[in-house]
Amino acid sequence: MNMPKKLHTPKRFGLLLAGALVLLVVCMLASLAFGSRTVGWDELLDGLFRPAVQSYEADIVRQRVVRTVFSFMCGAALGVSGALMQSVTRNPIADPSILGVNTGAALFVVVGIAFFNISTASDYIWFALAGALLTAAFVFGIGSLGRGGSTPLKLVLAGAATSAALSSLVMAIMIPRSNVMDQFRFWQVGSVGAGTMDSIMTFLPFFIGGIVIAILAAPSLNILALGEELATGLGVRIGTLKLIASFAGVILCGAATALAGPIGFIGLLAPHLVRLVIGADERYIIPMSALTGAILLTFADVAGRLLGSPGELEVGIVTAFVGAPILIALTMKVKVRGV
Amino acid sequence: MNQSIQPIIHNSRKRRQRTVFVTLVLFALALTLSATMLMLGNTIYPVTDVIRVLFGEQVPGASFAVGTIRLPRMLAGVFAGLAFGIAGTVFQTMLRNPLANPNVIGITTGSSAAAVFGIVVLQASDTFVSIISIIGGLLTVLAIYFLSKGAAFSIGRLVLVGIGIQAMLTAVINYLLLISRQNDVGTAMRWLSGSLNGVKMETLPPLMIAVALCLPVILRLSRQLQILELGEMTATSLGVKTNQTRVLLIVASVLMLALATATTGPIAFVAFLAGPIAKRLVGDGRSTIIPAALVGVILVLAADLIGQFAFTARYPVGVITGMVGAPYLIYLLIRMNRRGEL
Repeated sequence: MNMPKKLHTPKRFGLLLAGALVLLVVCMLASLAFGSRTVGWDELLDGLFRPAVQSYEADIVRQRVVRTVFSFMCGAALGVSGALMQSVTRNPIADPSILGVNTGAALFVVVGIAFFNISTASDYIWFALAGALLTAAFVFGIGSLGRGGSTPLKLVLAGAATSAALSSLVMAIMIPRSNVMDQFRFWQVGSVGAGTMDSIMTFLPFFIGGIVIAILAAPSLNILALGEELATGLGVRIGTLKLIASFAGVILCGAATALAGPIGFIGLLAPHLVRLVIGADERYIIPMSALTGAILLTFADVAGRLLGSPGELEVGIVTAFVGAPILIALTMKVKVRGV
Repeated sequence: MNQSIQPIIHNSRKRRQRTVFVTLVLFALALTLSATMLMLGNTIYPVTDVIRVLFGEQVPGASFAVGTIRLPRMLAGVFAGLAFGIAGTVFQTMLRNPLANPNVIGITTGSSAAAVFGIVVLQASDTFVSIISIIGGLLTVLAIYFLSKGAAFSIGRLVLVGIGIQAMLTAVINYLLLISRQNDVGTAMRWLSGSLNGVKMETLPPLMIAVALCLPVILRLSRQLQILELGEMTATSLGVKTNQTRVLLIVASVLMLALATATTGPIAFVAFLAGPIAKRLVGDGRSTIIPAALVGVILVLAADLIGQFAFTARYPVGVITGMVGAPYLIYLLIRMNRRGEL
């Protein structure tokens, strides 16, 4: 079988990749420089490359490095997670926040804080992952009942309903426990500001594992895009593929959510932007979605810091504000059967 | 000829009797719950004390507890329940889909966001907050309408657009609560899922007036609404001015919704639940407006009583209605999916 190996000339892809990398570096530098106290170029270099230099500004930069790396990882994870979910469900409106996976993770984290006294990043992550996996399975299950499999409408509705149900439970657990509420409130907005070295290290294995699986699954996902029957005919084990790919997707977004709180719409936005530019080849979409997700999240974080100065506007609010109109625009394009 | 019509007339009479019976039972239930709301609390007052307070007598202790705290709470619950119940069932009937209700498509969130904006940013008076809340609700309806009409209108698209708008408006509310430094739990709960805590008598008149004005309008149009449910073509050929009726119905519903939201916050899922429950109770082919209004009241009051007294902690009403409403929404989705209705 002659799969079209090169949907795009490597040269053009190379150019796009270079462009994305430059953009990413710019965003990351901005993330290091801007904030309630803006740092100049020299101090930036001091902070990054001259560990001997001790100054207030250099210290700020060093502090921001952690935050920047963390936002890079979260953005990349969310971008890839969105790309995987969209391609597994063959559904343009798939995103961890829309499918309610974030709320599932949130519920389990709250249960953990309330009943199991968890408080460290590494504890959060296991609870969040379990919640994310169960919720994803539940929502996909409801969303694909009946004729026609999982249509955008069914999935979004199932996600919204599940999300509403789970957030009522979250409230019910939290309200009598003010200590849980305090811990949870800061987590719940969705912010990369709380990222520490510890959270980066906790995140790392899930991050690498998820992305490696995604890249390995990409060629098979390409075949899946041709249709399930054709893919089966071509020797792809659809069940296994879908399971593994969605598992990777949920791991990535679940881990990011555990550490940063629910951040919506990056997973929706990044793959769509990528597809607009480079077309439908998953082998390119997945790495590019990682970069684009990282760019978007880092940019949103910087924007939130500038808009909310002297404090900051949590990145979860920024992404929801920018992402929701895009969701609306997408719903106007997708095919929706008349109800 | 006459004989063949006989059973139909008989059936219709039976259905009417059923509606009357159901309505009376619902009314009695709503009344009992209202009375219970006034009697129950940290101190339980007997009916006689409550009645004396209501007639303006000074009863030590009871006057304050019942008159100043419980009465506004009960009235807010009653009128918000009426408003949410009626508006919900109007939208569901008009769009012929239980999913198309102000909770799911984000109209209550629109009013809520506008109210929070008025309170936090403009620090406006109660009257002004009511007005912006109405504007917010109407703008949300317009936005959903224009965004979802396009070439291929379907309720599905409308619901999707509504969910998108809701996501954005929730972000707005979160943001406003954050900058106001009022990010305390009580306020957040009120504006995100609804609560009757701390309602004062002074804030109630706009909502009460709106319900008093809009309810007759909607009842007047209930016949047309039922015909609209049969479809555009049938309605037009039966002489219903479809567009005019729709606009009137929407404006009246949104008016009530917005004022209820400005008073209690968007009490989760009441507008979604009231219609289907009422329909189940009265059966097909009867107007559900009055029964749905009463079901709305019962839901809000019962949920508030449960939230206040059933557990060791006190929960705002929206958390309780949310825990009931969201699983029902999931159930409805499963059923609709199975039947291939989505």
